[in-house]
Amino acid sequence: MNSTATLASRRFRPGFWTAVFVVLFLAFVAVTVLRFTKGLGAVTNLSDQFPWGLWIGFDLLCGVGLAAGAFTLTAIVHLFNLKRFEPIVRPTLLTGFLGYGFVIVALLLDLGQPWRIWHAMVYWNPHSVMFEVAWCVMLYTTVLALEFSPIVFERFGFHAPARIIHKIITPLVVLGVILSTLHQSSLGTVYLIVPSKLHPLWYSPMLPLHFYISAIGAGIGMVILESYLSKRAFGRHLEMDLLEPLARGMVVALGIYGLMRIQAIYRNHAFGSILEFGYEGRMFLLEFVMGVILPVVLMSFRRLRTNPDWLVGGAFLAVMGFVMNRLNVSITGMEAASGIRYIPSAMEIIVSVGLVATGMAVFAFAVRTFPIFPEGPVTDSKGSDVGV
Amino acid sequence: MGMGLLIDATRCIGCGACSSACKEQNKLPGKVEEVLTAYTWTTVQEKEGLNVRHLCMHCEVPTCVSVCPVAALTKTPEGPVVYDRERCMGCRYCMMACPFEIPKYQWDSPVPVIGKCIMCAGRIKEGKNTACAEACQYGATTFGKKEDLIWEARTRIREKPGTYVNQIYGLTEAGGTSVMMLSNVPFDKLGMKTNLSTEPPAMRTWAVLSNIPNFVGVWGAFLFGIHWITARREDVAKADDHTNRRGDRS
Repeated sequence: MNSTATLASRRFRPGFWTAVFVVLFLAFVAVTVLRFTKGLGAVTNLSDQFPWGLWIGFDLLCGVGLAAGAFTLTAIVHLFNLKRFEPIVRPTLLTGFLGYGFVIVALLLDLGQPWRIWHAMVYWNPHSVMFEVAWCVMLYTTVLALEFSPIVFERFGFHAPARIIHKIITPLVVLGVILSTLHQSSLGTVYLIVPSKLHPLWYSPMLPLHFYISAIGAGIGMVILESYLSKRAFGRHLEMDLLEPLARGMVVALGIYGLMRIQAIYRNHAFGSILEFGYEGRMFLLEFVMGVILPVVLMSFRRLRTNPDWLVGGAFLAVMGFVMNRLNVSITGMEAASGIRYIPSAMEIIVSVGLVATGMAVFAFAVRTFPIFPEGPVTDSKGSDVGV
Repeated sequence: MGMGLLIDATRCIGCGACSSACKEQNKLPGKVEEVLTAYTWTTVQEKEGLNVRHLCMHCEVPTCVSVCPVAALTKTPEGPVVYDRERCMGCRYCMMACPFEIPKYQWDSPVPVIGKCIMCAGRIKEGKNTACAEACQYGATTFGKKEDLIWEARTRIREKPGTYVNQIYGLTEAGGTSVMMLSNVPFDKLGMKTNLSTEPPAMRTWAVLSNIPNFVGVWGAFLFGIHWITARREDVAKADDHTNRRGDRS
């Protein structure tokens, strides 16, 4: 393969999805300008009754959770020494890094005065879960950047710094796993403070553990999904021999999580509110049956796990179940106590969708530029239009 | 024990002098609003034929103080829960967490801050009472040492047992508050939160947070241990492989 051919095929080819992305991005910029000139009230449906909305529920809680594949896979490869999973570590790290980037941008929009974000580093309050969250975001983003850096060094031929990272990879991975464990669980701890507000279908003293274990399940689901999307966009093959055992891990994580949720609901005497089939009950059933029970049952069958279509379907259900859970905890479960119904404004949705689109565009750019996949940078895309 | 306020709903006539005095004292813009906002820190609403004041309860173990990541909210020794607007970065966790739903936000401002009653902390430091207590002509809002106020409240209930509900609202709610209320109508009918535990919510998060140092040590040791075992296994397997091959050759 000569270099001119590589360059030619890597050239940017705008298509339908590129147009969609540009429109979304411009809308995102417009909302951002409005938000910083007119205040949060002008662009969001947030209010004194409902101070946290879609940007916390989706962008922050889901962005962090779906990045959980990164620490799970680095632990599997570097600590449990299952080296055969190595080929899928890099795309997972990239997703994790983008997930955290997503979270930081969302935070900068959601905070009332984001230019004071450094206050969290200076004015300490160790009693605050949010303080723990802030430090975890900062430190884990740094760790992810370091874990990812050899890929960039490799691309530009800097071997010395890559060797340094290689030498410290074990403590780095241990630090990453500790920080992720703290961060994933702390997002559940955030809601421990509202026993009188969060609906008993979701409130539990075990919330930190619920968040942690469900993030592992969904993080693995995300690894499978992202392999599938890469296949669609860049004509790559699905690494079924690696994804199938990962799906087994997902079943175990989601299974444990499902049992814990049932136990928590039993302890809260909240089965009644499922049977009542009211707003919360319906949302819970949708989340739990579709997003926990169904993927666990389906992925328990070897025949379905080894079929690429079913495998991707199961992973998709798990990820959707995870997203629904975070939205239910942060929005559905809080509505009754607030006395109002919160529905995100169009501009809030534009920001969230625009961020997802940006994340996908950056992913597509990164896999073309850096050796993310084992075969090196993606040079030829089968569906020329799909990869932005 | 600090200072506090005793609010007796049976004595309030709903004149709203407290709300106006609060606006003036804290230089809050606009008219007194129906409900609490970032610019109206105390309201009087008619409920069940009573006039009910609504304001920050100034918890003994304040949830807002515990959740603020930059320690912009603090409980002073005199009792008030005060707010440092220069520190706040606007995460709004205090609004989310407050069991009484008190902190309100400047949604209309590009440089927003929280607004809530600060129990006239500056006046109290100078040895004065709060502006609302000063303005009240009917003895519905009384300022004083919290222990004296509890005594006073118990005396009122004892002397008119048929009148008052036998409860001092704020004595145990969310671990107890510096602001306490009396009423002749059950408090849940007045829109007060009656589903609050006597344990401060902050205890629930602290139970987790205080264990983090332990957790980091144990989890870190465990993870390094796993790595040590798996790496050692690999080394042993390699060494075996090596000796086997040497054995073949000889």
